[in-house]
Amino acid sequence: MSHLRTIVRRELSSYFSTHIAYVFILIFLMLSSAFTFYLGGFYERGQADLSPFFNFHPWLYLFLVPALSMRLWAEERKSGSIELLLTLPITLSEAILGKFLAAWTFTGLALSLTFPVWLTVNYLGDPDNGAILASYLGSWLMAGGFLAIGSCMSALSKSQVIAFILTGLICLLFVLAGYPMVLDLFGSWAPQMLVDAMANLSFLTHFASITKGVLSFQDLLFFLSFIFAWLWATLIVVEMKRGESA
Amino acid sequence: MIRVSGLEKTFGEKTIINNLSFSLVAGEILGFLGPNGAGKSTTMKILTGFLKPSAGSVSILGHDVLTDPVAAQKQMGYLPEGAPAYEEMTVLAFLEFIAEIRGFTGQQRRDRITDVVRKMSLQEVLTQKIETLSKGFKRRVGLAQAIIHDPAVLILDEPTDGLDPNQKQQVRALIHSLSKDKIVIISTHILEEVTAVCNRVIIISEGQMVADCSPSALEQESRYHGAVTIRLDNALCESVSQSIRALAEVDSVEVASALVGTSDLTVFGKQGVELYPYLNRYLTQQELVPLGLFQEKGRLDDVFRRFTVGQQTVAEEAAMQGSVADKEAAL
Repeated sequence: MSHLRTIVRRELSSYFSTHIAYVFILIFLMLSSAFTFYLGGFYERGQADLSPFFNFHPWLYLFLVPALSMRLWAEERKSGSIELLLTLPITLSEAILGKFLAAWTFTGLALSLTFPVWLTVNYLGDPDNGAILASYLGSWLMAGGFLAIGSCMSALSKSQVIAFILTGLICLLFVLAGYPMVLDLFGSWAPQMLVDAMANLSFLTHFASITKGVLSFQDLLFFLSFIFAWLWATLIVVEMKRGESA
Repeated sequence: MIRVSGLEKTFGEKTIINNLSFSLVAGEILGFLGPNGAGKSTTMKILTGFLKPSAGSVSILGHDVLTDPVAAQKQMGYLPEGAPAYEEMTVLAFLEFIAEIRGFTGQQRRDRITDVVRKMSLQEVLTQKIETLSKGFKRRVGLAQAIIHDPAVLILDEPTDGLDPNQKQQVRALIHSLSKDKIVIISTHILEEVTAVCNRVIIISEGQMVADCSPSALEQESRYHGAVTIRLDNALCESVSQSIRALAEVDSVEVASALVGTSDLTVFGKQGVELYPYLNRYLTQQELVPLGLFQEKGRLDDVFRRFTVGQQTVAEEAAMQGSVADKEAAL
């Protein structure tokens, strides 16, 4: 466990020393407010809630999270530091989990810095703060899902650009899986079970149900097991790709 | 002790390491030699648990690297080829990270870092980012992280590659200064390094061990071992080489041009002949005063080439060089 903490700390500090942290946070805050106030029509709606804010999160994550996750493993392999890391007395799972947790903690930090939006809505009206808290948690869980995909894609290629694109693409698939557009397309011919299964894998479906203010055990379990599955896949990929850098 | 047995590694169709076995005991400093692509780095990667072998086993101080890599890795310090590090970190932050992973905290961690910083003379760059450092400093940072926990086994992949002569000397001094009960493996293709720091040599070629002995035994393998080189003025060269060639104890003479206006005659004796005193007496009798006269210990590069490219090729090349030198000398 102490190894995990050491790895998380090192990763986190490297976000800040490479300035990725500042750029990410700045862009995240700018875009999320722009979306909320302009595209989301925050004022025009005349409702004291944050759904215009949270509704855009999946789309925001779609290109911000891959930018964060693309370096997780690709950079280690490119610079050769992976050989150093994996010959230190730590297990591969510690390395994978540590890197993921650092990135996840970081998105949590970025997310928490959007608190002025929450203050605004509380100043303007009387929102359901329980629902807002649940939405924050849901948004963070969803970011974790994106990051876990990104971790795996980053392990797949030495090129950060490829990792970025692949992550974006797969994340898009999981976001869109719940869209009527996609479901209707399948609904016409696929068995209902498959359609249900697809809808169940959708980020949007789970996220939407959380933003309604109900953080159900089912949704929590979905995101956590989703993260676990992709981190497991990362483990397999890193293990498989180890030799190639030789 | 380190025990490597029946090690094999294949990548697809290609065999990188083929049935490699050896063991090392405390106090041994092994020079691991071989041409580029012979499998040196791959072997080291397997020993340190980074790569898994296709077959065979590695045990480090009783810990099997395959089944219990972490226990084995605790005993080892490793400098990978090219000394990779987290470039965006400062030297101090990097060493703190390594020390912490190695299980040191608080005062102990500070002491460890102070110790390796002093040993590798890193004081002046401590707060600099690693990416801004020169190659020599980067290598020293890599060495510092490898020895921070005072490991019983030290594995260094080309530790002096790209360093200037002073820095090379420093690294060798460091290896010498390690206490005598450690196992050190150094891969290199700089042969002088082997005689300078190692007490055992293994040469691999195309993934197979082709020699395993002490550096001095290796020198004796050289056809130059016991040969005598005489440096002469070019004017004398032709006549002296012919008269020496005619001597009963002499097998052959090779001529190579040396400093401006001089040539080196390398004289090979027949089996069992003590050539140096014999030639010394002969030159005195002839009242010849050579510009230089010394006995060859053996040339490692010659042995290295013979082991790694085959005897035939080396003999042919030597003959070719000899004849070129003969012609040059004649001119």
